[in-house]
Amino acid sequence: MTKQECVAMLLAGGQGTRLGILTRKLAKPAVPFGGKYRIIDFTLSNCANSGIYTVGVLTQYQPLILNSYIGIGSHWDLDKKRGGVTVLPPYVRHDGGHWYLGTANAVYQNIEFVDQYDPEYVLVLSGDHIYKMDYSILLDYHKEREADVTIAVIEVPWEETHRFGIMNTDKDNVILEFQEKPKEAKNNLASMGVYVFNWKLLRKVLIEDEMNKESDHDFGKNIIPMLLDEKKRIFAYPFRHYWKDVGTIESLWQANMDLLLDQPELDLYERDWKIYSVNPNQPVQFIAKGAHVTHSLINEGCQIYGSVKNSVLFPGVVVGKNSVVNDSVLMSDTVIGENVTIERTIMGEECTVEDNCVIGQPGEGPEGITVLGENVVATQGKVIPSGVEINIENCHEFGCAPNGLKDRKGDL
Amino acid sequence: MRDVLGIINDTDIRQKLKDLTRVRSTAAVPFGGRYRIIDFVLSNMTNSGIKNIGILTQSYNRSLLDHVDSGREWDLLSKRDGLFVLPPIFRYDQFTGNLGDVDHYYNHMDYLTRSRQQYILISNSNVIYNMDYREVQQCYEEKKADIVIVYKNIQPEEQNNHRVLSLLLDNNGQIRDMAASKENRLSPAVAMETAFMKKSLFMEIVDDCIARGYRDFTKDGLIKNLDKYNIFGYEHKGFAAKIDSIDTYYRHSMDLLKPEIWKELFFKHGNIFTKVKDEPPVKYLASADVSNSLLANGCHIAGTVENSILGRGVTVHAGAVVRNAIVMQKGQIHRGSTVENAILDKDVVVTPGKQLRGERDYPLVIEKQAVI
Repeated sequence: MTKQECVAMLLAGGQGTRLGILTRKLAKPAVPFGGKYRIIDFTLSNCANSGIYTVGVLTQYQPLILNSYIGIGSHWDLDKKRGGVTVLPPYVRHDGGHWYLGTANAVYQNIEFVDQYDPEYVLVLSGDHIYKMDYSILLDYHKEREADVTIAVIEVPWEETHRFGIMNTDKDNVILEFQEKPKEAKNNLASMGVYVFNWKLLRKVLIEDEMNKESDHDFGKNIIPMLLDEKKRIFAYPFRHYWKDVGTIESLWQANMDLLLDQPELDLYERDWKIYSVNPNQPVQFIAKGAHVTHSLINEGCQIYGSVKNSVLFPGVVVGKNSVVNDSVLMSDTVIGENVTIERTIMGEECTVEDNCVIGQPGEGPEGITVLGENVVATQGKVIPSGVEINIENCHEFGCAPNGLKDRKGDL
Repeated sequence: MRDVLGIINDTDIRQKLKDLTRVRSTAAVPFGGRYRIIDFVLSNMTNSGIKNIGILTQSYNRSLLDHVDSGREWDLLSKRDGLFVLPPIFRYDQFTGNLGDVDHYYNHMDYLTRSRQQYILISNSNVIYNMDYREVQQCYEEKKADIVIVYKNIQPEEQNNHRVLSLLLDNNGQIRDMAASKENRLSPAVAMETAFMKKSLFMEIVDDCIARGYRDFTKDGLIKNLDKYNIFGYEHKGFAAKIDSIDTYYRHSMDLLKPEIWKELFFKHGNIFTKVKDEPPVKYLASADVSNSLLANGCHIAGTVENSILGRGVTVHAGAVVRNAIVMQKGQIHRGSTVENAILDKDVVVTPGKQLRGERDYPLVIEKQAVI
């Protein structure tokens, strides 16, 4: 196969357990965000926009939706004759096979995939984060410094350093020490999970790490400390724009709300750095007479007859007459009846809220968000308290029902 | 309908769409916020199962070519069959003449011959409806027709003063007379510029016309042959619009603001596909005041929008008012400006404090890229 200078390996197997019922049937990278996207769209779009067209996507947990979503990568302009996107689930070899045991092991199991392209560099990415980054600049930075490894880092508030892998650097951004989730951090530069490695070196280290039975086979925990011990040239690449790990219900809600500011830090409207996604092919949205929409992001196919404020609506959402939606995120094809109040709620795809329901409570900040998983029906006049998580399995406890499988498009 | 060849005729350049067709053909005129007029016929064809589609184009086809591209958005990117753009052919002996549609069909006979399909569904590019063409084929088989023409009953109160092709049908649905007239219509039945027949018959009619120096497929090929062939009508009962003037463009665009028409047109027999632009969702700011409007993705709304249709990426600044208007892609309406009863083509900038007003029955049309 044709040689490529750089191959990206995108780790997309994360389960995202802290997202609760939202990741019951989805890997974290497939979680919907921002009225249109799935989280992995940001990383895939960054690759295409940076001119990196050879991308291996390593999937593991609940891969069905993610695999069909990525397809041959045409939506991100990643369907290429040379390279392109390749979905890499764990597979069986002549001597058996096993799950990806850690981030490093996942790349180790796909050494042959990378070797096909004989690259100089491998870019290791995570499909869990929301940010816009030009990887070609990162790659130039890596080359200019003749580094062995370059790790993208972002300043985090000191009080949150215990949640991150922290890099201690000198004045030239050389990384001297790595602390995984330190109690007493010496620095506030957190690893973003974006690494550039010289492939020859990474290949060797991955094989060594595989031999080590004690290892967790993790880039942060094992590979980076091992390379630091070997006194390799490891640089930090400071990134100063929006970057968010939406690992929890609260942070997912907050990241959506961040987009509603008049000048959001993450600009989705930048013409030269579009975020691509799979298009649902819905018509233009309809805002009816008497509807009221402010401070919101609303996608195609929505029909709004009621009031929507401070909310993010995915394609095909219907909000009925006299209904009020505040501070909420409603995912694709959710139908809200009439005289309904929805406050601070995240609703999964294809939920139905019948007339006169009250869901969630108004409040400040991200505490006490109500979550409805996909396909839940809140029947006539239900009152759902704040802070609960309802999915199709526990919905009967709250007097709700699972959605039927009938095609609801026709009876809108 | 794998055995049906779809032909879209976009060669009629004498329509009264003024500035909207100054730089593009009718098929490529933006419609309904995110669509082009051709999307409806093209999507109807692919939704009905047609796999091989040829589009006959005229001059000013760059916009259309850019829009349909490889046909991928309509699932027409295919090794076998797919989308074929049939450009105008400039033959030396035809340079002086005013070519009719028959000449264009004749110039692409080799495409018709080479296609393996037995039947042909031919439509003009300027009609808007959501239709399952399989029902047209069913009518063709049930009536043992030679040709089926799609029509819609238009009541006198919905009529306008444009020339339409009206039909006179007998009780069995066979067409006994046809006439292209303004005032004296044969009946409420108006042809929707869509016909179905055997490909061999279509080629025979085109050949006959050429042999006799005729240029107009409808008038020469069909009307003159009403006794020779069994021509039947198929009634389309839903919404259908023919876009042939600024008046019909404006009026039928505004029809989309009726939710029942919006739903029928975009969902009834399948979705309408178009070129994807990867625009983010519409952003409404605190001062936004929107009612009875359609907005395409990428819009940024801080002002007032009423009874209007906004294309992709339109910006309405705080203090600006857009009322009863159509604003196409990337239009910008600045603070303190009012746009009323108007059609703004792509990339129009209305600088602060301007008042643009047309009349409800005579909208103001602003050409592409104008800065006011």
